[in-house]
Amino acid sequence: MKWSFIDNKNWPHYVVANADESEPGTFKDREIMESNPFQFLEGLALASYAVGATVAYIYLRGEFWQVAAFLDEKIAEMEKAGYLGDNLFGKDYSLKIFTHLGAGAYICGEETALLESLEGKRGQPRVRPPFPPSFGLYGKPTIINNVETFTNVPMILANGADWYKSMGTQDSAGVKIFSLSGRVRKPGNYELPFGTTFRQLIYEHGGGIQEGRPVKAIMAAGASSSIIVVDDKVLDTPMDYATVRTIGADLGSASVIVLDDTVDIDWVVNKTIHFFKHESCGKCTPCREGNYWMKNLTTRIHSGDGSKADVDLLLNVAKQMQGKCLCALGEFSTMAVVTGIERFPQDFKKVVKA
Amino acid sequence: MSLEKKYQKEIKQILAKYPPEQKRSAVMPILYLAQREEGYVNKAAMQDIAKLLDITETEVASIIGFYSLYHDEKAGKYRMQVCNDLPCALRGADEFLNNLCGNLGIKVGETTADGLVTLEAVTCLAACDKAPMFQTQGPDGIKYHENMTIDKTLELIEALKRAEGEVK
Repeated sequence: MKWSFIDNKNWPHYVVANADESEPGTFKDREIMESNPFQFLEGLALASYAVGATVAYIYLRGEFWQVAAFLDEKIAEMEKAGYLGDNLFGKDYSLKIFTHLGAGAYICGEETALLESLEGKRGQPRVRPPFPPSFGLYGKPTIINNVETFTNVPMILANGADWYKSMGTQDSAGVKIFSLSGRVRKPGNYELPFGTTFRQLIYEHGGGIQEGRPVKAIMAAGASSSIIVVDDKVLDTPMDYATVRTIGADLGSASVIVLDDTVDIDWVVNKTIHFFKHESCGKCTPCREGNYWMKNLTTRIHSGDGSKADVDLLLNVAKQMQGKCLCALGEFSTMAVVTGIERFPQDFKKVVKA
Repeated sequence: MSLEKKYQKEIKQILAKYPPEQKRSAVMPILYLAQREEGYVNKAAMQDIAKLLDITETEVASIIGFYSLYHDEKAGKYRMQVCNDLPCALRGADEFLNNLCGNLGIKVGETTADGLVTLEAVTCLAACDKAPMFQTQGPDGIKYHENMTIDKTLELIEALKRAEGEVK
Protein backbone atom coordinates (compact mmCIF):
# COMPACT_ATOMS: atom_id res chain seq x y z
CA MET A 1 0.00 0.00 0.00
CA LYS A 2 1.10 3.53 -0.85
CA TRP A 3 0.89 4.59 2.77
CA SER A 4 3.87 2.47 3.83
CA PHE A 5 6.16 4.34 1.42
CA ILE A 6 5.85 7.62 3.27
CA ASP A 7 9.16 9.17 4.25
CA ASN A 8 9.26 9.35 8.05
CA LYS A 9 12.43 11.46 8.18
CA ASN A 10 10.78 14.46 6.54
CA TRP A 11 7.88 16.35 8.16
CA PRO A 12 5.11 17.52 8.06
CA HIS A 13 3.17 14.89 6.16
CA TYR A 14 0.07 15.63 4.10
CA VAL A 15 -2.87 13.55 2.92
CA VAL A 16 -4.76 14.58 -0.20
CA ALA A 17 -8.00 13.15 -1.56
CA ASN A 18 -8.24 13.17 -5.32
CA ALA A 19 -11.82 14.19 -6.16
CA ASP A 20 -10.99 15.53 -9.59
CA GLU A 21 -12.75 12.80 -11.55
CA SER A 22 -13.36 13.98 -15.09
CA GLU A 23 -12.75 11.03 -17.36
CA PRO A 24 -15.62 10.56 -19.80
CA GLY A 25 -17.51 7.55 -18.42
CA THR A 26 -16.43 8.02 -14.78
CA PHE A 27 -18.93 9.50 -12.34
CA LYS A 28 -18.64 7.65 -9.03
CA ASP A 29 -16.84 10.11 -6.75
CA ARG A 30 -19.58 12.71 -6.70
CA GLU A 31 -22.17 10.10 -5.81
CA ILE A 32 -19.97 8.73 -3.02
CA MET A 33 -19.35 12.17 -1.55
CA GLU A 34 -22.97 13.24 -1.82
CA SER A 35 -24.58 10.07 -0.55
CA ASN A 36 -21.93 8.82 1.87
CA PRO A 37 -19.89 11.84 2.99
CA PHE A 38 -19.03 10.66 6.48
CA GLN A 39 -17.61 7.30 5.42
CA PHE A 40 -15.36 9.14 2.97
CA LEU A 41 -14.30 11.76 5.54
CA GLU A 42 -13.70 9.06 8.15
CA GLY A 43 -11.46 7.19 5.71
CA LEU A 44 -9.55 10.38 5.02
CA ALA A 45 -9.17 11.02 8.76
CA LEU A 46 -7.97 7.45 9.39
CA ALA A 47 -5.39 7.74 6.62
CA SER A 48 -4.19 11.04 8.07
CA TYR A 49 -3.84 9.50 11.53
CA ALA A 50 -1.99 6.49 10.09
CA VAL A 51 0.71 8.65 8.51
CA GLY A 52 0.69 11.40 11.14
CA ALA A 53 -0.68 14.14 8.92
CA THR A 54 -2.38 16.99 10.74
CA VAL A 55 -3.75 18.64 7.61
CA ALA A 56 -5.62 16.89 4.80
CA TYR A 57 -6.93 18.46 1.61
CA ILE A 58 -9.77 17.33 -0.62
CA TYR A 59 -9.03 18.49 -4.15
CA LEU A 60 -12.34 18.61 -6.00
CA ARG A 61 -12.78 19.49 -9.63
CA GLY A 62 -14.11 23.05 -9.88
CA GLU A 63 -17.38 21.84 -11.32
CA PHE A 64 -18.11 20.12 -7.98
CA TRP A 65 -18.82 23.52 -6.42
CA GLN A 66 -21.99 22.30 -4.74
CA VAL A 67 -20.29 19.12 -3.50
CA ALA A 68 -17.50 21.17 -1.90
CA ALA A 69 -20.05 23.34 -0.08
CA PHE A 70 -21.82 20.18 1.08
CA LEU A 71 -18.55 18.63 2.35
CA ASP A 72 -17.67 21.88 4.13
CA GLU A 73 -20.94 21.53 6.06
CA LYS A 74 -20.18 17.92 6.94
CA ILE A 75 -16.63 18.78 8.03
CA ALA A 76 -18.05 21.50 10.31
CA GLU A 77 -20.47 18.95 11.79
CA MET A 78 -17.57 16.60 12.50
CA GLU A 79 -15.59 19.41 14.13
CA LYS A 80 -18.56 20.24 16.31
CA ALA A 81 -18.95 16.61 17.31
CA GLY A 82 -15.27 16.37 18.24
CA TYR A 83 -14.23 14.03 15.41
CA LEU A 84 -12.00 16.64 13.78
CA GLY A 85 -9.95 19.40 15.38
CA ASP A 86 -7.50 19.49 18.28
CA ASN A 87 -6.58 16.67 20.67
CA LEU A 88 -8.86 14.13 19.10
CA PHE A 89 -10.20 11.41 21.38
CA GLY A 90 -7.96 12.65 24.18
CA LYS A 91 -4.82 11.96 22.17
CA ASP A 92 -2.03 14.31 21.26
CA TYR A 93 -3.27 14.39 17.70
CA SER A 94 -5.04 17.14 15.76
CA LEU A 95 -6.48 17.08 12.27
CA LYS A 96 -7.95 19.67 9.96
CA ILE A 97 -9.59 18.82 6.63
CA PHE A 98 -9.95 21.50 3.95
CA THR A 99 -11.67 21.43 0.56
CA HIS A 100 -9.91 22.98 -2.43
CA LEU A 101 -11.63 23.54 -5.77
CA GLY A 102 -9.85 23.02 -9.07
CA ALA A 103 -11.10 24.89 -12.10
CA GLY A 104 -11.70 22.57 -15.00
CA ALA A 105 -8.63 20.59 -16.02
CA TYR A 106 -8.76 16.79 -16.47
CA ILE A 107 -5.00 16.59 -16.08
CA CYS A 108 -5.29 17.57 -12.41
CA GLY A 109 -6.54 14.03 -11.77
CA GLU A 110 -2.91 12.99 -12.37
CA GLU A 111 -1.50 13.09 -8.86
CA THR A 112 1.54 15.26 -9.39
CA ALA A 113 -0.41 17.71 -11.58
CA LEU A 114 -2.98 17.85 -8.80
CA LEU A 115 -0.25 18.77 -6.31
CA GLU A 116 1.06 21.50 -8.60
CA SER A 117 -2.47 22.86 -8.88
CA LEU A 118 -2.96 22.73 -5.12
CA GLU A 119 0.26 24.72 -4.77
CA GLY A 120 -1.32 27.46 -6.90
CA LYS A 121 0.34 26.66 -10.20
CA ARG A 122 -0.78 25.40 -13.57
CA GLY A 123 -1.71 21.75 -13.24
CA GLN A 124 1.11 20.09 -15.15
CA PRO A 125 2.56 16.72 -14.13
CA ARG A 126 5.97 16.56 -12.48
CA VAL A 127 8.79 14.41 -13.68
CA ARG A 128 8.91 11.31 -11.46
CA PRO A 129 10.68 10.03 -9.42
CA PRO A 130 10.54 11.42 -6.79
CA PHE A 131 7.04 10.21 -6.01
CA PRO A 132 4.60 11.97 -3.66
CA PRO A 133 5.25 9.75 -0.59
CA SER A 134 8.75 11.24 -0.49
CA PHE A 135 8.22 14.56 -2.35
CA GLY A 136 4.60 15.65 -2.52
CA LEU A 137 2.67 18.75 -1.54
CA TYR A 138 5.07 21.66 -0.84
CA GLY A 139 7.86 19.12 -1.32
CA LYS A 140 6.72 17.18 1.76
CA PRO A 141 5.81 13.47 2.00
CA THR A 142 2.22 13.13 0.81
CA ILE A 143 -0.33 10.36 0.42
CA ILE A 144 -2.81 10.82 -2.41
CA ASN A 145 -5.67 8.40 -3.02
CA ASN A 146 -8.97 8.80 -4.70
CA VAL A 147 -12.34 9.14 -3.05
CA GLU A 148 -13.35 5.52 -3.54
CA THR A 149 -10.16 4.22 -1.88
CA PHE A 150 -10.54 6.40 1.23
CA THR A 151 -14.21 5.45 1.47
CA ASN A 152 -13.29 1.75 1.57
CA VAL A 153 -10.96 2.20 4.55
CA PRO A 154 -13.42 2.39 7.49
CA MET A 155 -15.25 -0.81 6.50
CA ILE A 156 -12.01 -2.72 5.95
CA LEU A 157 -10.66 -1.63 9.33
CA ALA A 158 -13.91 -2.47 11.09
CA ASN A 159 -14.43 -5.88 9.46
CA GLY A 160 -10.87 -6.92 8.71
CA ALA A 161 -8.95 -7.52 5.53
CA ASP A 162 -10.14 -11.14 5.35
CA TRP A 163 -13.73 -9.97 5.20
CA TYR A 164 -12.86 -7.66 2.29
CA LYS A 165 -10.88 -10.37 0.52
CA SER A 166 -13.81 -12.78 0.86
CA MET A 167 -15.41 -10.74 -1.94
CA GLY A 168 -14.18 -10.43 -5.48
CA THR A 169 -11.63 -12.71 -7.13
CA GLN A 170 -8.20 -14.00 -6.28
CA ASP A 171 -6.64 -11.41 -8.59
CA SER A 172 -8.79 -8.46 -7.55
CA ALA A 173 -10.07 -8.54 -3.99
CA GLY A 174 -13.21 -6.83 -2.81
CA VAL A 175 -15.84 -4.73 -4.47
CA LYS A 176 -15.73 -1.98 -7.04
CA ILE A 177 -18.11 0.74 -8.08
CA PHE A 178 -18.80 0.13 -11.76
CA SER A 179 -19.93 3.26 -13.59
CA LEU A 180 -22.15 2.11 -16.43
CA SER A 181 -22.97 4.51 -19.26
CA GLY A 182 -23.75 4.66 -22.95
CA ARG A 183 -26.59 2.89 -24.69
CA VAL A 184 -27.93 0.94 -21.69
CA ARG A 185 -31.43 1.39 -20.34
CA LYS A 186 -30.35 2.10 -16.75
CA PRO A 187 -26.98 3.84 -16.62
CA GLY A 188 -25.57 4.52 -13.18
CA ASN A 189 -23.16 3.38 -10.47
CA TYR A 190 -23.32 -0.24 -9.36
CA GLU A 191 -21.19 -1.48 -6.47
CA LEU A 192 -20.47 -5.13 -7.23
CA PRO A 193 -17.80 -7.70 -6.42
CA PHE A 194 -14.85 -7.92 -8.78
CA GLY A 195 -15.51 -10.83 -11.09
CA THR A 196 -19.03 -9.78 -12.03
CA THR A 197 -19.35 -10.35 -15.79
CA PHE A 198 -20.00 -7.67 -18.39
CA ARG A 199 -23.25 -9.47 -19.19
CA GLN A 200 -24.45 -9.30 -15.58
CA LEU A 201 -23.57 -5.61 -15.34
CA ILE A 202 -25.19 -4.65 -18.64
CA TYR A 203 -28.27 -6.89 -18.60
CA GLU A 204 -29.07 -7.68 -14.96
CA HIS A 205 -28.16 -4.30 -13.50
CA GLY A 206 -28.22 -1.97 -16.49
CA GLY A 207 -31.53 -3.28 -17.85
CA GLY A 208 -30.05 -4.23 -21.23
CA ILE A 209 -29.60 -2.11 -24.33
CA GLN A 210 -32.01 0.56 -25.50
CA GLU A 211 -34.52 -0.80 -28.05
CA GLY A 212 -33.17 -4.28 -27.38
CA ARG A 213 -30.28 -3.78 -29.81
CA PRO A 214 -27.06 -5.84 -29.69
CA VAL A 215 -23.87 -4.64 -28.01
CA LYS A 216 -21.24 -3.83 -30.61
CA ALA A 217 -18.35 -2.72 -28.42
CA ILE A 218 -17.34 -1.89 -24.87
CA MET A 219 -14.89 0.58 -23.42
CA ALA A 220 -14.14 -0.76 -19.94
CA ALA A 221 -12.14 2.16 -18.54
CA GLY A 222 -13.82 5.27 -19.91
CA ALA A 223 -12.40 7.29 -22.77
CA SER A 224 -8.92 5.94 -21.94
CA SER A 225 -9.93 2.43 -22.98
CA SER A 226 -9.12 0.06 -25.73
CA ILE A 227 -12.32 -0.58 -27.62
CA ILE A 228 -13.35 -4.22 -27.18
CA VAL A 229 -15.14 -6.09 -29.97
CA VAL A 230 -18.05 -7.76 -28.22
CA ASP A 231 -19.15 -11.35 -28.64
CA ASP A 232 -20.64 -13.88 -26.20
CA LYS A 233 -17.23 -14.74 -24.79
CA VAL A 234 -16.51 -11.10 -23.99
CA LEU A 235 -19.93 -10.61 -22.38
CA ASP A 236 -19.24 -13.59 -20.11
CA THR A 237 -15.80 -12.30 -19.09
CA PRO A 238 -15.48 -11.68 -15.34
CA MET A 239 -14.45 -8.11 -14.63
CA ASP A 240 -11.24 -8.29 -12.65
CA TYR A 241 -7.93 -6.73 -13.63
CA ALA A 242 -6.21 -9.92 -14.80
CA THR A 243 -9.09 -11.39 -16.78
CA VAL A 244 -10.00 -8.21 -18.62
CA ARG A 245 -6.38 -8.05 -19.78
CA THR A 246 -6.87 -11.40 -21.54
CA ILE A 247 -9.45 -9.84 -23.88
CA GLY A 248 -7.10 -7.04 -24.93
CA ALA A 249 -8.22 -4.29 -22.57
CA ASP A 250 -7.79 -2.87 -19.09
CA LEU A 251 -10.44 -2.53 -16.41
CA GLY A 252 -8.84 0.66 -15.04
CA SER A 253 -11.46 2.79 -13.33
CA ALA A 254 -14.21 0.28 -14.24
CA SER A 255 -16.08 2.96 -16.18
CA VAL A 256 -17.94 0.83 -18.66
CA ILE A 257 -19.18 2.66 -21.76
CA VAL A 258 -21.49 0.48 -23.85
CA LEU A 259 -21.76 1.02 -27.62
CA ASP A 260 -24.58 -0.62 -29.61
CA ASP A 261 -24.72 -1.50 -33.31
CA THR A 262 -25.91 2.01 -34.29
CA VAL A 263 -22.60 3.55 -33.18
CA ASP A 264 -19.79 4.13 -35.69
CA ILE A 265 -16.32 3.65 -34.25
CA ASP A 266 -14.78 6.47 -36.33
CA TRP A 267 -17.22 8.78 -34.51
CA VAL A 268 -16.21 7.31 -31.12
CA VAL A 269 -12.54 7.89 -31.91
CA ASN A 270 -13.27 11.46 -33.00
CA LYS A 271 -15.14 12.13 -29.76
CA THR A 272 -12.41 10.72 -27.53
CA ILE A 273 -9.69 12.65 -29.32
CA HIS A 274 -11.73 15.85 -29.09
CA PHE A 275 -11.59 15.31 -25.33
CA PHE A 276 -7.88 14.52 -25.07
CA LYS A 277 -6.87 17.34 -27.40
CA HIS A 278 -8.76 19.76 -25.15
CA GLU A 279 -7.31 18.31 -21.94
CA SER A 280 -3.67 17.81 -22.96
CA CYS A 281 -1.75 20.13 -20.61
CA GLY A 282 0.84 21.05 -23.22
CA LYS A 283 3.93 20.23 -21.15
CA CYS A 284 5.33 17.34 -23.19
CA THR A 285 5.60 17.48 -26.96
CA PRO A 286 4.32 14.01 -27.97
CA CYS A 287 0.98 14.55 -26.24
CA ARG A 288 0.54 18.23 -27.15
CA GLU A 289 1.42 17.85 -30.83
CA GLY A 290 0.18 14.29 -31.20
CA ASN A 291 -3.30 15.12 -30.00
CA TYR A 292 -3.41 18.22 -32.18
CA TRP A 293 -2.69 16.15 -35.28
CA MET A 294 -4.89 13.25 -34.22
CA LYS A 295 -7.75 15.74 -33.78
CA ASN A 296 -7.23 17.16 -37.27
CA LEU A 297 -7.12 13.67 -38.77
CA THR A 298 -10.09 12.18 -36.90
CA THR A 299 -12.19 15.24 -37.73
CA ARG A 300 -11.33 14.97 -41.42
CA ILE A 301 -11.96 11.22 -41.48
CA HIS A 302 -15.26 11.48 -39.63
CA SER A 303 -16.47 14.31 -41.88
CA GLY A 304 -16.05 12.03 -44.91
CA ASP A 305 -13.20 14.07 -46.45
CA GLY A 306 -10.50 11.65 -45.37
CA SER A 307 -8.62 9.04 -47.35
CA LYS A 308 -7.18 5.67 -46.49
CA ALA A 309 -3.80 7.38 -46.18
CA ASP A 310 -5.25 9.61 -43.45
CA VAL A 311 -6.30 6.55 -41.47
CA ASP A 312 -2.81 5.07 -41.84
CA LEU A 313 -1.26 8.35 -40.77
CA LEU A 314 -3.59 8.58 -37.76
CA LEU A 315 -2.57 5.10 -36.65
CA ASN A 316 1.07 6.00 -37.18
CA VAL A 317 0.84 9.20 -35.09
CA ALA A 318 -0.88 7.32 -32.25
CA LYS A 319 1.76 4.58 -32.24
CA GLN A 320 4.56 7.15 -32.35
CA MET A 321 3.17 8.69 -29.17
CA GLN A 322 3.01 5.45 -27.22
CA GLY A 323 5.68 5.10 -24.56
CA LYS A 324 6.92 8.67 -25.07
CA CYS A 325 4.57 10.83 -23.01
CA LEU A 326 5.33 12.35 -19.62
CA CYS A 327 2.17 11.04 -17.99
CA ALA A 328 -0.65 8.62 -18.61
CA LEU A 329 -2.91 11.14 -20.35
CA GLY A 330 -0.92 11.03 -23.56
CA GLU A 331 -0.71 7.27 -23.42
CA PHE A 332 -4.46 6.94 -22.82
CA SER A 333 -5.31 9.24 -25.71
CA THR A 334 -3.96 6.70 -28.19
CA MET A 335 -5.90 3.68 -26.91
CA ALA A 336 -9.22 4.24 -28.68
CA VAL A 337 -7.43 5.35 -31.85
CA VAL A 338 -5.20 2.30 -32.20
CA THR A 339 -7.74 -0.30 -31.14
CA GLY A 340 -10.55 1.42 -33.04
CA ILE A 341 -8.66 1.34 -36.33
CA GLU A 342 -7.18 -2.12 -35.83
CA ARG A 343 -10.31 -3.85 -34.55
CA PHE A 344 -13.02 -2.02 -36.52
CA PRO A 345 -11.41 -1.44 -39.95
CA GLN A 346 -14.78 -1.64 -41.71
CA ASP A 347 -16.06 1.44 -39.84
CA PHE A 348 -13.16 3.48 -41.20
CA LYS A 349 -13.32 2.00 -44.70
CA LYS A 350 -16.94 3.08 -44.87
CA VAL A 351 -16.24 6.78 -44.36
CA VAL A 352 -13.03 7.38 -46.28
CA LYS A 353 -12.53 7.96 -49.99
CA ALA A 354 -10.62 5.17 -51.71
CA MET B 1 -11.82 49.16 -4.27
CA SER B 2 -9.09 46.57 -4.10
CA LEU B 3 -10.04 42.92 -4.05
CA GLU B 4 -8.48 42.57 -0.61
CA LYS B 5 -10.71 45.28 0.87
CA LYS B 6 -13.84 44.14 -0.89
CA TYR B 7 -13.59 40.50 0.19
CA GLN B 8 -11.61 40.95 3.39
CA LYS B 9 -13.43 38.23 5.32
CA GLU B 10 -13.48 35.68 2.50
CA ILE B 11 -9.79 36.16 1.69
CA LYS B 12 -8.85 35.72 5.35
CA GLN B 13 -10.79 32.46 5.47
CA ILE B 14 -9.15 31.22 2.28
CA LEU B 15 -5.62 32.06 3.43
CA ALA B 16 -6.21 30.19 6.70
CA LYS B 17 -6.45 26.92 4.77
CA TYR B 18 -2.81 26.96 3.69
CA PRO B 19 0.54 27.29 5.49
CA PRO B 20 1.46 31.00 5.75
CA GLU B 21 4.60 30.50 3.64
CA GLN B 22 2.53 28.77 0.93
CA LYS B 23 -0.09 31.44 0.37
CA ARG B 24 0.22 31.03 -3.39
CA SER B 25 -2.10 28.03 -2.93
CA ALA B 26 -4.89 30.55 -2.39
CA VAL B 27 -4.73 31.77 -5.98
CA MET B 28 -7.48 29.45 -7.27
CA PRO B 29 -10.12 30.21 -4.63
CA ILE B 30 -9.32 33.93 -4.83
CA LEU B 31 -9.73 33.87 -8.62
CA TYR B 32 -13.26 32.54 -8.11
CA LEU B 33 -13.94 35.50 -5.83
CA ALA B 34 -12.44 37.90 -8.35
CA GLN B 35 -14.76 36.83 -11.14
CA ARG B 36 -17.86 36.52 -8.97
CA GLU B 37 -19.43 39.86 -9.91
CA GLU B 38 -18.56 40.34 -13.55
CA GLY B 39 -18.06 36.75 -14.65
CA TYR B 40 -14.44 37.36 -15.56
CA VAL B 41 -11.21 38.49 -13.92
CA ASN B 42 -10.32 42.05 -14.85
CA LYS B 43 -6.85 43.54 -15.05
CA ALA B 44 -7.04 45.36 -11.72
CA ALA B 45 -8.03 42.14 -9.93
CA MET B 46 -5.10 40.29 -11.52
CA GLN B 47 -2.76 42.97 -10.16
CA ASP B 48 -4.36 42.76 -6.71
CA ILE B 49 -3.97 39.00 -6.61
CA ALA B 50 -0.35 39.12 -7.73
CA LYS B 51 0.46 41.62 -5.00
CA LEU B 52 -1.49 39.78 -2.33
CA LEU B 53 0.19 36.42 -3.02
CA ASP B 54 3.68 37.63 -3.98
CA ILE B 55 3.55 36.24 -7.51
CA THR B 56 3.78 38.00 -10.84
CA GLU B 57 0.82 39.18 -12.87
CA THR B 58 1.99 36.88 -15.65
CA GLU B 59 1.70 33.92 -13.30
CA VAL B 60 -1.85 34.92 -12.40
CA ALA B 61 -2.71 35.30 -16.09
CA SER B 62 -1.18 31.92 -16.91
CA ILE B 63 -3.38 30.26 -14.32
CA ILE B 64 -6.48 31.96 -15.72
CA GLY B 65 -5.48 30.75 -19.17
CA PHE B 66 -4.78 27.18 -18.09
CA TYR B 67 -8.06 26.37 -16.35
CA SER B 68 -11.40 26.27 -18.19
CA LEU B 69 -13.47 27.81 -15.42
CA TYR B 70 -11.58 31.11 -15.22
CA HIS B 71 -12.32 33.77 -17.78
CA ASP B 72 -10.61 36.97 -18.82
CA GLU B 73 -13.38 38.21 -21.10
CA LYS B 74 -16.90 39.27 -20.46
CA ALA B 75 -19.69 36.91 -21.49
CA GLY B 76 -23.34 36.41 -20.56
CA LYS B 77 -24.28 36.60 -16.90
CA TYR B 78 -24.66 32.81 -16.94
CA ARG B 79 -22.49 30.47 -18.92
CA MET B 80 -24.53 27.44 -19.87
CA GLN B 81 -21.96 24.68 -20.38
CA VAL B 82 -23.30 21.59 -22.09
CA CYS B 83 -21.22 18.41 -21.98
CA ASN B 84 -21.14 16.63 -25.33
CA ASP B 85 -18.33 14.18 -24.71
CA LEU B 86 -18.74 10.54 -25.74
CA PRO B 87 -21.03 9.14 -22.98
CA CYS B 88 -23.28 12.21 -23.01
CA ALA B 89 -23.40 12.15 -26.82
CA LEU B 90 -24.50 8.51 -26.65
CA ARG B 91 -27.49 9.81 -24.71
CA GLY B 92 -28.38 12.57 -27.17
CA ALA B 93 -26.24 15.50 -25.98
CA ASP B 94 -25.31 16.63 -29.52
CA GLU B 95 -28.95 16.77 -30.63
CA PHE B 96 -29.84 18.53 -27.37
CA LEU B 97 -27.15 21.16 -27.95
CA ASN B 98 -28.22 21.69 -31.58
CA ASN B 99 -31.87 22.08 -30.60
CA LEU B 100 -30.93 24.46 -27.83
CA CYS B 101 -28.99 26.60 -30.31
CA GLY B 102 -32.08 26.63 -32.56
CA ASN B 103 -34.39 27.60 -29.73
CA LEU B 104 -32.15 30.37 -28.42
CA GLY B 105 -31.23 31.59 -31.90
CA ILE B 106 -27.49 31.51 -31.12
CA LYS B 107 -24.52 29.34 -31.96
CA VAL B 108 -22.21 27.63 -29.49
CA GLY B 109 -19.95 30.32 -28.06
CA GLU B 110 -22.51 33.10 -28.55
CA THR B 111 -24.58 35.07 -26.03
CA THR B 112 -28.32 35.76 -26.08
CA ALA B 113 -29.27 39.32 -27.08
CA ASP B 114 -30.29 40.20 -23.52
CA GLY B 115 -26.81 39.25 -22.27
CA LEU B 116 -28.17 36.61 -19.92
CA VAL B 117 -26.86 33.33 -21.33
CA THR B 118 -23.68 32.30 -23.15
CA LEU B 119 -23.95 28.81 -24.59
CA GLU B 120 -20.79 26.66 -24.48
CA ALA B 121 -19.88 23.06 -25.29
CA VAL B 122 -17.53 21.63 -22.67
CA THR B 123 -15.69 18.41 -21.92
CA CYS B 124 -16.69 15.80 -19.37
CA LEU B 125 -18.58 16.98 -16.28
CA ALA B 126 -18.69 13.49 -14.69
CA ALA B 127 -22.45 13.07 -14.97
CA CYS B 128 -22.44 10.59 -17.85
CA ASP B 129 -25.48 8.67 -16.57
CA LYS B 130 -27.65 11.79 -16.40
CA ALA B 131 -27.19 13.27 -19.89
CA PRO B 132 -28.28 15.46 -21.50
CA MET B 133 -26.85 17.72 -18.83
CA PHE B 134 -25.12 21.04 -18.40
CA GLN B 135 -23.82 23.29 -15.67
CA THR B 136 -24.50 26.97 -15.23
CA GLN B 137 -21.62 29.14 -14.13
CA GLY B 138 -22.78 32.48 -12.78
CA PRO B 139 -22.63 34.89 -9.86
CA ASP B 140 -23.98 32.21 -7.52
CA GLY B 141 -21.31 29.68 -8.43
CA ILE B 142 -21.66 26.50 -10.44
CA LYS B 143 -24.81 24.39 -10.56
CA TYR B 144 -25.56 21.09 -12.27
CA HIS B 145 -28.72 20.49 -14.31
CA GLU B 146 -29.17 16.83 -15.19
CA ASN B 147 -31.52 14.70 -17.28
CA MET B 148 -32.46 17.86 -19.13
CA THR B 149 -34.91 18.44 -21.96
CA ILE B 150 -35.28 21.52 -24.13
CA ASP B 151 -38.51 22.45 -22.32
CA LYS B 152 -36.91 22.18 -18.88
CA THR B 153 -33.95 24.25 -20.10
CA LEU B 154 -36.14 27.01 -21.52
CA GLU B 155 -38.06 27.08 -18.23
CA LEU B 156 -34.78 27.47 -16.36
CA ILE B 157 -33.81 30.39 -18.59
CA GLU B 158 -37.20 32.02 -17.99
CA ALA B 159 -36.68 31.63 -14.24
CA LEU B 160 -33.25 33.28 -14.52
CA LYS B 161 -34.84 36.12 -16.49
CA ARG B 162 -37.52 36.64 -13.86
CA ALA B 163 -34.91 36.67 -11.08
CA GLU B 164 -32.97 39.23 -13.10
CA GLY B 165 -36.10 41.44 -13.32
CA GLU B 166 -36.53 41.27 -9.56
CA VAL B 167 -32.95 42.29 -8.90
CA LYS B 168 -33.29 45.32 -11.14
